[in-house]
Amino acid sequence: MSTETAEAHGEHEGMTRKRIIKVALILSAITCVEFIIALFLVPKGYIPGHIANPIYIVLTLFKAFYIVAFFMHLKFEKMGLIFAIIVPILFIIGLILVLTNESHHWIDLRM
Amino acid sequence: MSTTAVSPAVSPIDEVKSTPWSGGRSPFDVEYGKMMMWFFLLSDAFTFSSLLISYGAIRFSAAAWPDASLVFQSVPGLIEHGAPLVFVGIMTFILILSSVTMVLAVEAGHRNAKKEVLGWMIATIIGGFMFLGCQALEWNHLHSEGFWWSSIPNPETLKEFFGAGISHDAQALSAHQFANLFFTITGFHGFHVFTGVLINIIITVNVLLGTYEKRGSYLMIEKVGLYWHFVDLVWVFVFTFFYLV
Repeated sequence: MSTETAEAHGEHEGMTRKRIIKVALILSAITCVEFIIALFLVPKGYIPGHIANPIYIVLTLFKAFYIVAFFMHLKFEKMGLIFAIIVPILFIIGLILVLTNESHHWIDLRM
Repeated sequence: MSTTAVSPAVSPIDEVKSTPWSGGRSPFDVEYGKMMMWFFLLSDAFTFSSLLISYGAIRFSAAAWPDASLVFQSVPGLIEHGAPLVFVGIMTFILILSSVTMVLAVEAGHRNAKKEVLGWMIATIIGGFMFLGCQALEWNHLHSEGFWWSSIPNPETLKEFFGAGISHDAQALSAHQFANLFFTITGFHGFHVFTGVLINIIITVNVLLGTYEKRGSYLMIEKVGLYWHFVDLVWVFVFTFFYLV
């Protein structure tokens, strides 16, 4: 469904049953992939832990995108609202950068 | 004095603009309550982020950390050892499924199908209670091992959660941090699930009484749905950072 027809029919035409099932299957599949990595690939030594961790985080961000965009319907809202919600997330990224950097110095403080 | 001749073509400067930001209406074009729900959820996202980021910072700076696949390896009441991630996997799928039933309730609301909304809302509430029950079992299991706020298992039990070659002092320090962070963060999330279930119950009673039928719109389902999906969203992150990483 194009965005033009979605707007013409009001703001709620984005999610059909078919699409809900599709997003649900994507979320379940990503979770299954995480389990396969955590239960088989890492313990058997196919993937080392320090490579598995970034993979988990990327997969989690994919899941977050699908939940926010489709289940919470944000993808089909007006651009102004999308930016009002997404842009403040930059503060969170800032805090992550500051505290991960800072925590490396806490190790030295404890020694 | 010449009479003002009205030209049939409107000059570009007099044309009424209809773009979202040209005034006269909200550029967001959503109902007031829904917009406020979004802004509340944004503030809630900041709260959860600060909890999770401090968890990350403390864990980065720790000399050792309890191994998640050793701490969480039981299915309470069924398997005592050797089943890492199975129980939390069940919890994750319960919450994803209850999110799906919620979005199906919203979809039914758009068609004003009262019976379908009712059915999906009840399914969502059952999912919420199942998740809370699982979390109670999980907490109970950790508590029976000796974990609680500022409380850790005895040295013999504690050793099982760490790799070899870590001193007892380092184990005790990080186990304390782990226990406090785990119970605080999953507790705060569980509190959100609990209030979500309560709000879902209130909304379901309203659907049953025909409140939204009289109003002609099931938009309230959508607003509550936003909150419920947010709870699912937070769990996705809690699950990754406590159980997988």
